[in-house]
Amino acid sequence: MSRSTRSKPGLERRRFLQQGALAGAALVAAPRVAEAQAAPAAQAPPPVMTHAAEGAEPADVLTLRDDERAGSDFMVDVFKSLGFEHFFANPGSSFRGLHESVINYGGNKSPELITCCHEESSVAMAHAYYKVDGKPAGVMAHGTVGLQHASMAIYNAWCDRVPVYVILGNYADAAIRRGAEWYHGVQDAAAMVRDFTKWDDFPWSLTHFAESAVRAYQVAMTPPMAPVVMVLDGELQERPIARGERLVVPKLSMPVPPQGERGAVEEVARMLVAAEYPVLVADRMARTPNGMTLLIELAETLQAAVIDQGSRMNFPSRHPLNQTLRARAAVTDADVIVGLELADYWGTVNALRDQLHRSSRQVAKANAKLVSITTGDLYIRANYQDFRRLQAVDLAIGADAEATLPPLIDAVKRLVTADRRRLFEERGAKLTQASRAAAEAARVAATYAWEASPVSVARLSAEVWAQIRGDDWSLVSSYYSNDQTNWPRRLWNFDKSYQWLGHAGGGGIGYGAPAAVGAALANRRHGRLSVAIQTDGDMMYAPGVIWTAAHHRIPLLWVMNNNRAYHQEIMHVQKMCNGRNRGIDRGEVGSQLVDPNIDFAKLAQSMGVHAEGPITNPNDLGPALRRAMAVVKKGEPALVDVVTQAR
Amino acid sequence: MSEMKVLVAVVLLALAGPPLERSRLAAEPALRTQESRPGAAASQQPSRRGPGVPAAPLGRVDAGGVLFKKVGCYQCHGNEAQGGLSGPRIGPNLFPSTRFFEYLRKPTGEMPPYTVKVLSDQDIADIYAWVQARPRPPAVNTLPQLAR
Repeated sequence: MSRSTRSKPGLERRRFLQQGALAGAALVAAPRVAEAQAAPAAQAPPPVMTHAAEGAEPADVLTLRDDERAGSDFMVDVFKSLGFEHFFANPGSSFRGLHESVINYGGNKSPELITCCHEESSVAMAHAYYKVDGKPAGVMAHGTVGLQHASMAIYNAWCDRVPVYVILGNYADAAIRRGAEWYHGVQDAAAMVRDFTKWDDFPWSLTHFAESAVRAYQVAMTPPMAPVVMVLDGELQERPIARGERLVVPKLSMPVPPQGERGAVEEVARMLVAAEYPVLVADRMARTPNGMTLLIELAETLQAAVIDQGSRMNFPSRHPLNQTLRARAAVTDADVIVGLELADYWGTVNALRDQLHRSSRQVAKANAKLVSITTGDLYIRANYQDFRRLQAVDLAIGADAEATLPPLIDAVKRLVTADRRRLFEERGAKLTQASRAAAEAARVAATYAWEASPVSVARLSAEVWAQIRGDDWSLVSSYYSNDQTNWPRRLWNFDKSYQWLGHAGGGGIGYGAPAAVGAALANRRHGRLSVAIQTDGDMMYAPGVIWTAAHHRIPLLWVMNNNRAYHQEIMHVQKMCNGRNRGIDRGEVGSQLVDPNIDFAKLAQSMGVHAEGPITNPNDLGPALRRAMAVVKKGEPALVDVVTQAR
Repeated sequence: MSEMKVLVAVVLLALAGPPLERSRLAAEPALRTQESRPGAAASQQPSRRGPGVPAAPLGRVDAGGVLFKKVGCYQCHGNEAQGGLSGPRIGPNLFPSTRFFEYLRKPTGEMPPYTVKVLSDQDIADIYAWVQARPRPPAVNTLPQLAR
């Protein structure tokens, strides 16, 4: 239905808004065009929100009749059909119609509304929620101010190729806008994020909405996945429709992820079987828990080294073929490297030296054969530069890596001879020895500064691991969580898909805290213990997420890695200080979070959360963690503030 | 906002670069150190430098500890020089003094260079003395938190 053919209830509502709510603005019957042009001074001023307008008696109050329902009720029907279980939102009037339909018509169940204190938090929660659940969550926000808040988190999700379903409210028709709606109104709401979303639409009718809503879901969930935006007109949400009006909820038909071309897959198999030192490098590979299972099968068949770059949980951390802790050595030794959904292939086989004059060198052998399997080859956007440097490879397969693993495994198995198998076993034994040595070195490294105060991050990680290792745990946010060799990755036994959730994607700080809440919400139904190692600088972006966790009874153990600064930035400034010979003793100016120190325990307690700290003696940490875990196991969040060293 | 993947490159380079070939480094001579606790005497350890080569300055442990913080060593190497995600462990007993000096002046990895304008030879000697004086850690198998 186009706007020009809207039904009578829509016109009535418009009349109510013009004659009623705007009456206090001295709006009179609209002049004819000719009259208005002849006497512009007599035109009514633009409608503005005034106290008088708000208080004026409406001329014509409309309520839904028994034979009517709201347009947004039908929207909820569509969203339910897509299987949404949660919508994250900070409330906003431009989607008030949908809000009301979610909580009343939909019963606030599937989707359930999760109250957030910042739109950036809403999106980050949905981002991490997907990584646990494998299903997108919805985010509702104003089309202007809400999206502006949300945009960095949408960019993170884009860079991480994670689907987030963003629903924006907007009053398109200027004739019916209240005062605030002018600030919240926009011609093209999605324009602001179009560079880093995959698709958007602004439907003009409910039928148009239904088709676009389903299409948006399909687009978001088809690899390479990415956020999508649906802009919902406020009037379309609020306009009554006849209960008998025939509106169809379209069937969702998900495209099958593309599999690599057979001949190319067989060529990769030949290269792998013939290789002396093949290395499998996985980044955004495991879309589903089966992705890890498949990579294990391929690696074990070949007895090949695996490097898990950590955007997804691709490979068990303690698998003997896991060479992540010695990744550079493995790449240097490789004669065949197969990249599986790598965000940065160039950075995998090259090194950039960040000094005053930057330089780079190739670390892979010059004659190493490079293979890429990624949906990244099928989709690229301009402007934002998350596509990284172009890496020439010997064989590029534009396909979904997880979908391509089964035929690749089959092809490899067909080619393996008894002689090759013997060589594979010898190689596997050496790799096992190397990974064990690396793991043992990590354990020993953690013993240094064991008794130090502030607490070393290694000690913190070891203490947390000692408490959770017997539980069904999930690390929902982690210290510099994009780093595949951070302390939990070095010390803990990650072997389940939900135990490691990758990172923010775009490097936007402020992701960790809300992501922990979103992931913990997804873990809650499975009874998992959600643990976050939470940096202080990240938490300070939007600490209202603590309240969200408390309000919705989301069990989550927050362990603050409170090093009282943005230390990575200090390192950058120090590099400038040194390179310019100006002395380094002021390098912390502008990046520290001291004077006053932030008391995160009090912050959490102010929002009704059990919290302890600041803990400076490492020997106090274990008991505090045990007390906090007891609270979490009762179904609530808890926080332990630990004052830590820089890195 | 942070370019986090750059950090990964920093870490990998720091962990893999030539300066960390420790077996080679261990063969080089050590700097003299002085315990700077009250009444402590200077170390009498002889320099292994050749004839005519001036001995490195005598390091002062306490002064080195202050400098270690002041000039930002702790940012990458940890408060106790134990190493971190962005820099390797540098003490105790890992690097001979000559290599320590050389690397600070002309690093081959990601560490920013410390020229004489920023850090004098005496400063480096002090830092080295402090790094060498770090306590040995407990044996890993005595720590239940690190049980495999």
